Amino acid sequence: MKQLTVISGKGGTGKTSITAAFASLAKNAVFADCDVDAADLHLILRPKIKKTMEFHGLKIASIEKKLCIDCKKCHDACRFNAIDVEMNLIKGSCEGCGVCAYVCPVEAIKMVERDSGFAYISETRFGPMSHAMLNTAEEASGKLVTVVRENAKKLAEEKKKDLIIIDGPPGIGCPVIASLTGVDLVLVVTEPTLSGIHDLERILGVAHHFDIPAFVCINKYDINLDNTKRIREYCKDKNVDVVGKLPYDTIVTDAMVHEQGVIEFSDGDLADSIIKMWNKIKKRLT
Amino acid sequence: MIISIASGKGGTGKTTVSTNLALSIRNVQFFDCDVEEPNANIFIKAKIKEREDVSVSIPIIDKEKCDYCGKCSDFCAYNALAVVPGNILVFPELCHSCGGCELVCPREAISWDERVIGIVEHGRAEGIDFYHGLLNVGESQAIPVIKALKRKMGKSKNVIIDIPPGTSCPVIESISGSDYCILVTEPTPFGLHDLKLAVEVVRHLNIPFGVIINRDGIGDNKVEFYCKNENIPVLLKIPERKKIAHLYSKGIALVNESHEWHELFGLVYNRIKEEVDK
Repeated sequence: MKQLTVISGKGGTGKTSITAAFASLAKNAVFADCDVDAADLHLILRPKIKKTMEFHGLKIASIEKKLCIDCKKCHDACRFNAIDVEMNLIKGSCEGCGVCAYVCPVEAIKMVERDSGFAYISETRFGPMSHAMLNTAEEASGKLVTVVRENAKKLAEEKKKDLIIIDGPPGIGCPVIASLTGVDLVLVVTEPTLSGIHDLERILGVAHHFDIPAFVCINKYDINLDNTKRIREYCKDKNVDVVGKLPYDTIVTDAMVHEQGVIEFSDGDLADSIIKMWNKIKKRLT
Repeated sequence: MIISIASGKGGTGKTTVSTNLALSIRNVQFFDCDVEEPNANIFIKAKIKEREDVSVSIPIIDKEKCDYCGKCSDFCAYNALAVVPGNILVFPELCHSCGGCELVCPREAISWDERVIGIVEHGRAEGIDFYHGLLNVGESQAIPVIKALKRKMGKSKNVIIDIPPGTSCPVIESISGSDYCILVTEPTPFGLHDLKLAVEVVRHLNIPFGVIINRDGIGDNKVEFYCKNENIPVLLKIPERKKIAHLYSKGIALVNESHEWHELFGLVYNRIKEEVDK
């Protein structure tokens, strides 16, 4: 079984639209939405949820004020400034380490489970899907990404699928690393803007750091041809294949409004370019 | 006054809005808190004058003293320590520097070392006091870099913060303490879905907020309906124009090309100031 992660560094370059298009082209795959902060793939794939699982991230401190003797040991020991001088917990700052509970001499603090979100196993018109939702202002999105990927793997084994296509989050930090470790290939979707180029360089650095082969797709290549050329030269220099150059097309938004992937919705130039790119990726993965 | 610019969904135009706003007003201190992929300086063009390493503490085990009892690895909530027969392993990139391992160690075998995970840079441009942070490639924890950035914040300035995308820890860390939040979205199903998530975050944190619709004209009008129904002010609409996209692609701020945009962003600032002073 092979795994492909679609990432970008910079947000909004078209990861999810491209993943959704791949979903309609892949014949025997599982889809995983690892952008658990702001998941959008379900808006196109419209999954029917078959199974919902609670997700508990790191634990959180719970202070029993009646037992507290005001010694302030917890306040002094917390490295995250999550307990103020009146021994109130600042929920958003607690990272669940348990130091406060350990130093409390009267056992007034307990570490309790927090309801951090849900993981889902679903069925879509293109195949099975693993996805999740992180509750508002929760931590541990990297941990939830790992859950989504484990669920996708189980699904692939059960249903005898030979590929997992992962829609990754933006950035280069914890959830991104959790989305790409151990995969066979990453596709970096970039755009010909100075921001896009800057972020491409950093995300390719991450792929290189974890020793994962990368392909690049230049989305909306025609909004700045000079920058497109710069990206091609940069990739050539780094020995990274540019496997797709997609034109700017409002069809992407129109398809999204109709809750469809680009390939389902239209058969123009853009669809052709995506199909060509997909064939190169498929070849690499077999 | 602290104004932060956030979005939920990536690539909706946070950096466009934050940099143009900063370039339209006076006495600005600018923070790019998207330390994973900071782009604001492409538009602000500050000359970087100062650099500071951001380090975190990681445990060092004195193997002469350690008897591999496993108390530290049992305590560690982040699996940053593992005891195997006759050895103990530290995984620095998983450590949150909570100090728990040292506390529970019965043999005082644990001391601390500093590990650099990123940098904070400072410079000036067009009267803007500019700061951004960069998380090193391969590192996972953005929070310490964001915290180091926020320690630079002055009280008497107009503080503008470019917030990272998403809704989880780096967003909360960057946004908390703001007097007002501008949520940037685009009029598409993805834009609306992620706007709703961002609204939940700012409501949860009790921060007053308004919306700027970028790429106005594409997609549908559901974002506007949503804002109307929820009584959320739409502060500005930036139309979908090839010219605007092209300027962006070259790293040129809108307000530096057109006086009209300069005025429009100035009005957005005045409206926010009125709202905050209320």
